[in-house]
Amino acid sequence: MVSTLTTTERQVALLLSALVALTGLALAAAGRHDPLGVHGFLILVYGLGCATVVARGYYSPEPDSERLSRYYDEPIKAGLLIAMAWAVVGMFVGVWVATLLAYPEFTFDQAWASFGRLRPVHTTGVIFGFGGNALIATSFHVMQRTSRARMPGQLSPWFVLVGYNLFCLLAVSGYLIGITQSKEYAEPEWYADIWLVIVWVTYLVLYLRTLARRQEPHIYVANWYYLAFILVVAVLHIVNNLAIPASLGGAKSFPVFSGVQDAMTQWWYGHNAVAFFLTAGFLGMMYYYLPTRAGRPIFSYRLSIISFWGITFFYMWAGSHHLHYTALPHWVQTLGMTFSVMLLVPSWSSAGNALLTLNGAWHKVRDDATLRFMMVAAVFYGLSTFEGSFMAIRPVNALSHYTDWTVGHVHAGALGWVALITFGAIYSLVPMLWKRERMYSPALVELHFWLALAGTVIYVFAMWNSGIIQGLMWRTYNESGTLAYSFVDSLVAMHPYYVARAFGGLLFLIGAVAGCYNIWMTIRSTASAAREPTGDRPVAGAPAAEPAE
Amino acid sequence: MAVEERDAHTGYLTTGHEWNGITELNRPVPKIIWLFLLSTFAFAFLWWVLMPAWPLGATYTRGLLGVDQRARLADDLAVAAARRADWMAEIEAKPVEAIRADPALMRLARESGRTLFADNCGVCHGATGGGGPGYPSLVDGAWLWGGDAKTVAETIRVGINSDHAESRVGQMLAFGRDGILERQAISDVVSFVRSLSDAPLAPAEKTGAAAGATIFADNCAACHGEDGRGSTDVGAPDLTDGSWIYGGDRPSIFASVDRGRQGEMPAWEARLTPVQRKLLTVYVLDLGAKQ
Repeated sequence: MVSTLTTTERQVALLLSALVALTGLALAAAGRHDPLGVHGFLILVYGLGCATVVARGYYSPEPDSERLSRYYDEPIKAGLLIAMAWAVVGMFVGVWVATLLAYPEFTFDQAWASFGRLRPVHTTGVIFGFGGNALIATSFHVMQRTSRARMPGQLSPWFVLVGYNLFCLLAVSGYLIGITQSKEYAEPEWYADIWLVIVWVTYLVLYLRTLARRQEPHIYVANWYYLAFILVVAVLHIVNNLAIPASLGGAKSFPVFSGVQDAMTQWWYGHNAVAFFLTAGFLGMMYYYLPTRAGRPIFSYRLSIISFWGITFFYMWAGSHHLHYTALPHWVQTLGMTFSVMLLVPSWSSAGNALLTLNGAWHKVRDDATLRFMMVAAVFYGLSTFEGSFMAIRPVNALSHYTDWTVGHVHAGALGWVALITFGAIYSLVPMLWKRERMYSPALVELHFWLALAGTVIYVFAMWNSGIIQGLMWRTYNESGTLAYSFVDSLVAMHPYYVARAFGGLLFLIGAVAGCYNIWMTIRSTASAAREPTGDRPVAGAPAAEPAE
Repeated sequence: MAVEERDAHTGYLTTGHEWNGITELNRPVPKIIWLFLLSTFAFAFLWWVLMPAWPLGATYTRGLLGVDQRARLADDLAVAAARRADWMAEIEAKPVEAIRADPALMRLARESGRTLFADNCGVCHGATGGGGPGYPSLVDGAWLWGGDAKTVAETIRVGINSDHAESRVGQMLAFGRDGILERQAISDVVSFVRSLSDAPLAPAEKTGAAAGATIFADNCAACHGEDGRGSTDVGAPDLTDGSWIYGGDRPSIFASVDRGRQGEMPAWEARLTPVQRKLLTVYVLDLGAKQ
């Protein structure tokens, strides 16, 4: 890894690692009477670890200029492996919290293992750890291939990847020791948020610089989506995390907004995180790996335009549908609801464009589990966007809100769409990157596909049932005009569904573990084929990479 | 660079661009997409006309239907209250004993009281009032502060050791922690207390119980009574009835004497209406009577 860096890049990498370590030391000292001290220490160790890795490879020979005639794939490989590791961790904790809901004694009387702390570990682990790393890795791959240009320099992709994972580690470890700003999907505190801004702006600049070096007259659709993902997530992250630290020696901070404004900002963020992190980024993934795997042209370029601008424009307005029937003014709810309804057709256009692209390649969908992962992902994308627009309608929301239906909806999207498209992309990408003919075991890919599909279906059906039963139990009145069921009655009724949900999640987790094994064995298998796909090189004559970042 | 090619499968031309093997068909957007898109726009537009929708500086468009979520909630609450009005008025007017003697009214009280109890009291006392470690059972006939209707209603209103100004206050001293009794003395008095409820005693306990009797008379009888039957004036439990809040085994009683007890029950006056509290009183008395 260090051997692919130039000497100047190695020096800058050492300097950056030292800066991170020093910042960690300062935080550890300032926060020694606060949980912040633990994080300061963690940052210190992380910085020193990076410095050690760079120092150990410091005197290895410099890469020759021949590298410039190839794409820079090392950070992509690392990103994919890290994403799979996060997948297993995040999904394991997911199964754990699902079990907790059915059998609360599984907290083992430990504060760190309580539901409130483990649940964000699960969400952050799968969304930011698994999803985020997969997005970063695939975006590095797609932007180079569709621009036919190598990334400018070798250091900034590593900075983005390694820096982003420091953020994820701070987030997840913070929840366990009780650090959170209590904003869903934006739990990390101020110092982690500032660090993510630095990392994310570097990511944006890297993406733009690669696009600027492109050897194609047009920018391919996948890049529109990746760019929207990077740009909007930066805006969302910054605005929703505007906060004032209670002290520089403590983890606690207070948001600048309060009351209903804070709620609205949070859900503007929350819903657009779904839109631009979990949708736009993964649509970018789909737009590259699905047509390459199917070997078919995109069904309609014009439809791509409608979907892209529809999604980017309408999603921005939809966040207030999370706050129906609350203190939020009625008119804001109306706007959130109507824009959610208008969002449906652009979303379905994307799903339709993907599925219709498969026309002429359905026999491949039948035979190839990797392509089938992506096909089913597009179906779940269509299902969950329909469900989302439906649930955003106020009277429907009156039944669904605060119930497990929401949880089922999220997982139809997160398991059925996000995770399946990612597994499809990873199974396409691993043989390409490691130059193998195919995955080590296509049968294991097939097994993973069925485990993932069965797990998702069991999960989603369990939550649909429990959510609707819950919603109905909460609103049923008896003849004497009082509530027919107590809250505990509804919990008792949920128990069998919670058991089923944990089982569905377990199947999904087992599939991911099988995927890890398959990827590992693919990498370890001898590169007998040692084949390089024809044309998998940047266009010669692309400007030489500048050494410094 | 831009060379359109015809896709053999569909017959459409590509846009003429190619990215690492990916091409796109230059196919018009299907008409049905436009149709659906315009339908959703029409729906949104209609909704904006009918409902509160767009901000206008300090105000907003009210919508032709004049719907307001706060007014609608108030209406819904009024409708629900009207459905309960007749029998709730009866609960409010009649004395508790008269309600309990009226089977029709009791059927309604049991139905509504069940959810009211489970949502507010069940967390500590259990959904069926059986209690749990640290929280008294309401169905065993053992009452800390008294089991008549007036007393139960008052306990619900002000709570025990709560933040209510008139809260019932009950405290068992920490005889060991605060150095009032030696360890041996505590051990002896625990043996004596266990003998009160005719618990089977080990031989060593029998000796201790004799010594414990004096210690009990000097230290415990003020609240729990000479005979250990407790006192509802200070919320001191009866130690002879075999009913235990914190457990009747030796280590539990030892812990109670050593570190004291000060159980808490919240006051419900600010949280539940008078008629809801009355309904709960009826329900709780009914729970106890069913045993």
